[in-house]
Amino acid sequence: MKLGAFDWRPLILLVGLMLLALPLVGAPSTWLTLTVAGLAMGLIVFVIASGLTLVFGLMDVLNFGHGVFIAMGAFVATSVMGGMGAWVASPSLLLNLGAIFAAMLAAMAVAGGIGWAFERVIVRPVYGQHLKQILITMGGMIVGEEVIKVIWGPLQIPLPLPEALRGSFVFGDTAIEKYRVLAVIIGLLVFGALLWTLNRTKVGLLVRAGVQDREMVESLGYRIRRLFVGVFVTGSALAGLGGVMWGLYQQSVTPQIGAQVNVLIFIVIIIGGLGSTLGCFVGALLVGLMANYTGFLAPKVALFSNIGLMVAVLLWRPQGLYPVTNR
Amino acid sequence: MIARLLSHDLPRNRWLAAALLLIVVGLAVAPFAFPGSKALGVAAKMLVFILLVASYDLLLGYTGIVSFAHTMFFGLGAYGVAIASTQMGAGWPAVALGLAAALAVSLALALVIGLFSLRVKAIFFAMITLAVAAAFQTLASQLSDFTGGEDGLTFKNPEWLSPAFEYGRLLSYYLLFVAVLVLFLLLLRIVNSPFGRVLQAIRENDFRAEAIGFRTVVYRTLSNVLSAGFACIAGALLALWLRYTGPDTTLSFEVMLDILLIVVIGGMGTMYGAVVGAVLFVFAQNYLQDGLKLAAGALDGVPVLSALLTPDRWLLWLGVLFVLSVYHFPTGVVGRLRALRQKAAR
Repeated sequence: MKLGAFDWRPLILLVGLMLLALPLVGAPSTWLTLTVAGLAMGLIVFVIASGLTLVFGLMDVLNFGHGVFIAMGAFVATSVMGGMGAWVASPSLLLNLGAIFAAMLAAMAVAGGIGWAFERVIVRPVYGQHLKQILITMGGMIVGEEVIKVIWGPLQIPLPLPEALRGSFVFGDTAIEKYRVLAVIIGLLVFGALLWTLNRTKVGLLVRAGVQDREMVESLGYRIRRLFVGVFVTGSALAGLGGVMWGLYQQSVTPQIGAQVNVLIFIVIIIGGLGSTLGCFVGALLVGLMANYTGFLAPKVALFSNIGLMVAVLLWRPQGLYPVTNR
Repeated sequence: MIARLLSHDLPRNRWLAAALLLIVVGLAVAPFAFPGSKALGVAAKMLVFILLVASYDLLLGYTGIVSFAHTMFFGLGAYGVAIASTQMGAGWPAVALGLAAALAVSLALALVIGLFSLRVKAIFFAMITLAVAAAFQTLASQLSDFTGGEDGLTFKNPEWLSPAFEYGRLLSYYLLFVAVLVLFLLLLRIVNSPFGRVLQAIRENDFRAEAIGFRTVVYRTLSNVLSAGFACIAGALLALWLRYTGPDTTLSFEVMLDILLIVVIGGMGTMYGAVVGAVLFVFAQNYLQDGLKLAAGALDGVPVLSALLTPDRWLLWLGVLFVLSVYHFPTGVVGRLRALRQKAAR
């Protein structure tokens, strides 16, 4: 990214979308509420999708079963938070956050573990064969969803927010839900941590190099496969984390949550450019903002706003906002 | 004569031939041999799925493209007939117009999606179709004045096919049977034509196919359009049989997964796989669950096993079977049977 001029235009598009929405929405307070909501949703989607896009960039594997990790994370959270009922119900913010973080850690551990097994059993034998990959990861998703139904039952389970995180902060006319602020903070932390790891550490250097030219990294003596397993597990764990955040955002989880979110994250990584982390970030924010603005302005259209956005972006840049070189 | 009908693409295995013969005869005499409305319903569903899965096989098995929008075209056909029949009143003109309109929309949509996204990688097409299909499903449930929303549409058939007429169900069944038979033979003809050979060449090595001088984009798009057309007709047939069209029977993602499971377990790129797979799958879906219920009942005391064996979890086992078949026998049941013969001949 240091090489050559940084491409600002997608970021300008992002800001432009926000500014364009201001006159359309009318009241600045409403606009602010919508924007924060959109950013929160976008950041949650980014957390979920970042692993998918990295895995694709590094190993050319598109995991259609990514949704399983999301659902798994969300369901683990229902169990953990259900078990910590006293902490969840107490009015103390500290205990509430403790419960949420415990749920997130558990979800990440479980999703990461499943991701490791998934890579081992499902993905490893079909490297380099796209058709089989799509089929097999889809099969993995079917099995995963059924396993979730075996453990937690096929019905929707409520995932209520802890006591202190319900309700909103009110500044004048603007109401901002507390949980969304938390989601923005966590999302930005994840984004920051990812950027730091990718740009400032040796592992990140290797990952980026691997995305650019895998053979070269291998010929320098690094085992890219081991690196890839790490990325796959991290990506799965992040999906688990995102699943918890998404479940809290919706305040309920269903076994089909994975398949539903799958569509959204595919749109995001297509918009961003397959394999690009920054593109995924911008794409997720665009999708989140767009969903909230259109949801307010024209609810009927909102369901198609993502598709419209994707088509528009692809007409502008057929390879996505930040195309990864060599693909 | 038979070889000509089958476009010289014979089953090439005694057991497969026997199974196919059994299926054809069984389905042909189903209304008389298996009385009861459930059995007839199952047979009709088998017929529809044979056509639907065969049309998907043209895309996945022969051209090597994964599409998740196949249910969209299936749904378009079903909704076309349903909407025309409710808006214009029951009758053949409504069915014809509905089917024609649905076909036109399907073909146009398939063409646009194909031209838009088949230029790049297979994976890209899979993702785009997933998104488009999801959007279409929401569209169908949102336009509730027109499509009946989540409840779907119940409508009346033309007089001859309606249950009020003494032989209505019988006629409907044989309409399905003949239509599916003819269209399946047509599909078999398509995949064994020079055009079909080009599709297989693209599946095996698209770069080389392009180098020989075939415009791969054009062929892939044509394959997409053709399979969309057949899926659309399958949808219309289903609507005529059920006299009902709703998102659950046609558009839902579950139906798409069923198609994928059938085509892979039956055998990709064989066409006959669609027949064997669809019959086995629909049979299992309707009768195997009773078997699982028995197994679960027998294991009632055992905690984990009984949860795994409840009839509701049958998709779990099918999913496992699916994953295993992608690895170990990617050509499915049909490919396995054919390989048997080759081994014996050697």
